[in-house]
Amino acid sequence: MKIRFLAPLLTFSAIAVVMAYALFYLDPSEIPSELVNKPAPEFKLEPVPGHEPGLETANLKGGKITLLNVFASWCVACLAEHPTLMELKKSGNVEIYGLNYKDKPAAAAQWLARNGDPYSRTGMDLKGRVGIDFGVYGVPETFIMSAEGKILDKIIGPITEKDLNTRILPLINGPTS
Amino acid sequence: MTAEIGQFSLILALVIAILQGTLPLIGAARQNVPMMKFGESASFAQFLTVSLAFVALTVAYVESDFSILNVASNSHSLKPMLYKISGVWGNHEGSLLLWVWILALFGFAVAAFGRNLPYSLKARVLSIQGLIGVGFLLFVVFTSNPFERIDPAPFDGRGLNPLLQDPGLAFHPPFLYLGYVGLSVTFSFAIAALIEGKVDPAWARWVRPWTLAAWSFLTLGIALGSWWAYYELGWGGWWFWDPVENASFMPWLAATALLHSAIVVEKRDALKNWTILLAIIAFSLSLLGTFLVRSGVLNSVHAFASDPARGVFVLAFLIFVIGGSLTLYSFRAPTMKGGGLFAPISREGALVLNNLFLSSAAATILLGTLYPIFLDALSGTKVSVGEPYFNATFLPLALPLVFALALGPFLSWKRADLKGVLSRVKFSLAFVAFVLGISWWLTDDGPFLAFFGMGLFAWLVASTAIEWAGRIKLFRTSFKSSWNRMVNLPRSAHGMTIAHLGVAMIVLGITASEAWQSEKLEVMRPGESSIVGGYEFRFDGARELKGPNYDFLQGSFTIFKDGAEFVTLYPEQRVYASPPMETTEAAIWPMMSADLYVVIGEEDGKGGFATRIYHKPFISWIWAGAIAMFIGGGFSLSDRRFRIGAAKKKSSASHTPEAATGV
Repeated sequence: MKIRFLAPLLTFSAIAVVMAYALFYLDPSEIPSELVNKPAPEFKLEPVPGHEPGLETANLKGGKITLLNVFASWCVACLAEHPTLMELKKSGNVEIYGLNYKDKPAAAAQWLARNGDPYSRTGMDLKGRVGIDFGVYGVPETFIMSAEGKILDKIIGPITEKDLNTRILPLINGPTS
Repeated sequence: MTAEIGQFSLILALVIAILQGTLPLIGAARQNVPMMKFGESASFAQFLTVSLAFVALTVAYVESDFSILNVASNSHSLKPMLYKISGVWGNHEGSLLLWVWILALFGFAVAAFGRNLPYSLKARVLSIQGLIGVGFLLFVVFTSNPFERIDPAPFDGRGLNPLLQDPGLAFHPPFLYLGYVGLSVTFSFAIAALIEGKVDPAWARWVRPWTLAAWSFLTLGIALGSWWAYYELGWGGWWFWDPVENASFMPWLAATALLHSAIVVEKRDALKNWTILLAIIAFSLSLLGTFLVRSGVLNSVHAFASDPARGVFVLAFLIFVIGGSLTLYSFRAPTMKGGGLFAPISREGALVLNNLFLSSAAATILLGTLYPIFLDALSGTKVSVGEPYFNATFLPLALPLVFALALGPFLSWKRADLKGVLSRVKFSLAFVAFVLGISWWLTDDGPFLAFFGMGLFAWLVASTAIEWAGRIKLFRTSFKSSWNRMVNLPRSAHGMTIAHLGVAMIVLGITASEAWQSEKLEVMRPGESSIVGGYEFRFDGARELKGPNYDFLQGSFTIFKDGAEFVTLYPEQRVYASPPMETTEAAIWPMMSADLYVVIGEEDGKGGFATRIYHKPFISWIWAGAIAMFIGGGFSLSDRRFRIGAAKKKSSASHTPEAATGV
């Protein structure tokens, strides 16, 4: 058998081995966010009316781990994770800041009034500029910010029970617990 | 009840596929005619059962039966009917079902129209179609069941991604799949030929209509997708070298190469091994494309995480089909001897060159598409390979290909007289100079590559026209005699001319729109005007309106040309409620010489709106060119030699795939 007739098979085998490796050993849920471990971008936003105070970069460097939750009144999935955020607020473990993304001020205020306000600060990102700096590409997204205001992790989509237990709580409670 | 009927039909189809994939194959080995014949009835039964399943899912969508998980996840009661139906294949499970259905359709078409095929060849082809069906049906039934129930049923569905709620995208997947799956027939013929150890011109003639049909549909499917990206994504781009696009472009390149190399097998009995390999590669790339896109392994590897069973199955299936066929190839190919010899400068030589360029292009795109996975696996670094890589590697291959494409059809078989050919294309050079002159006069400026592109366009158009005129002896004999020659010229010759002109149109569209596009991004207040590409765009204002399942902002732009009112365009920005998402609906006024393209964005809070206005010269020619290629493919398909059993040859082919695939 001549080698040139084997070449296609060998090429394909190499591709298949790498794909198998990627399938079994690479962590697919890893978010390739360029921003992970980078400091939060500079911003200063007005609060959602009635849900003061407003939100700016300095608030994320308060010496404690904080959550920055991106939400909008038009986002149905946000409603799905809302109870989780309310619970988290009630536990008093962590401060949650709300980044109101591409929303109308009145609609956002009404939404928070109806569903409860888990946020200790809110900021209205009317044009989505801050969202772009954060690399937001869908709502909801939740950023876990370090005490120094660096992005530790980012959860895309509604926070699930699993996200809460494996990604958020360990970071908040420290590595010991 | 519909869900259960669908599910039962699928399982029945799986059982039939298993029989279809084994009995005729064994029958062919033993020369047992009834067993071989079974392939035909099995193909028919499989087509019926899968059709029933497909109808069942469609009924569930039309009736908004939210007790079915798939419908609840992807449909919504307020969705317009067209998108309820297109929602059937707008998701993972449903699109796989469409795939299987088209596969069954092609199997049925081979059984019904391949009457003149030798029993054993036909049995083997149908069996291999059956085996492919087994793989897909297993995948559907065990990992991606579209008929899974959900209890309790939700009050309403989650809705289809609004980007997909669009007529262009409603028909894009069916055409694309007709292309992908059509290549399965070519693949089955190739495997059957490897098993029989015989490839001859008759084989090439049987395969050709299927390749042509698949290629034509793939061309149209890709063009629809790119057209959709152009008007729906709202920034005027039409090709992004996105993994999903690459996944459809690679099989197209391979199928294009196959289409040309099969001619050499048919006419000269040469390039057999290579043609068989191309048939395997073309379908392998289709499979890779379907699965990688569907499972999302290339984009983000996300879907594999959501259901690891799917990932494992996909990989196992790919290894079985591609690895298996390449192993068979490595054993059988060396035994097949090539026929006719030819000089480097000859029609065969030109077609080899064509294949070299096309397959290198497919290989570079494959490399660029898989590179991020390779790098991640080897070093853990995440990268994305984008436009710069693809432009830098694809253009150097595509440009010489287009240049040579103009000359190829002039060359004669075996040995060609290059000097004679060059003297015939002298006029093309004059036309190139003419087009370059006009381009320079109209634009004054532009990148070097732009003029090179315009030159290539002129070169290809003129040479293709000269070649066609030469065939009918235009101006060299009486008009009546030229007319008769034209009528009597094989349809495939006309098809080639049309398809090659399509390539020229695409070259023109890409070159002109890339090089001489004008655009303006600015905040406009009602009453303000902006001049782009010689047209005045007056922004009249915007208002909020309600659509069937979305709210939208509609802007109004009145366009003036030379001070006279020309047309009014209404771009929209939509906000869908379920699922929540914004989409941009650009307003486009297409013309022969340019497209006017207007997008409206958010209000700035001070009465102004973000607007984007483009003037894109000749961009519609890109899609017109693709349609020309599709028509060219159709012309070739209608060629006599595929319709009429050629009496001279002991074998004949009477497939009419148009009839089969037009269902």
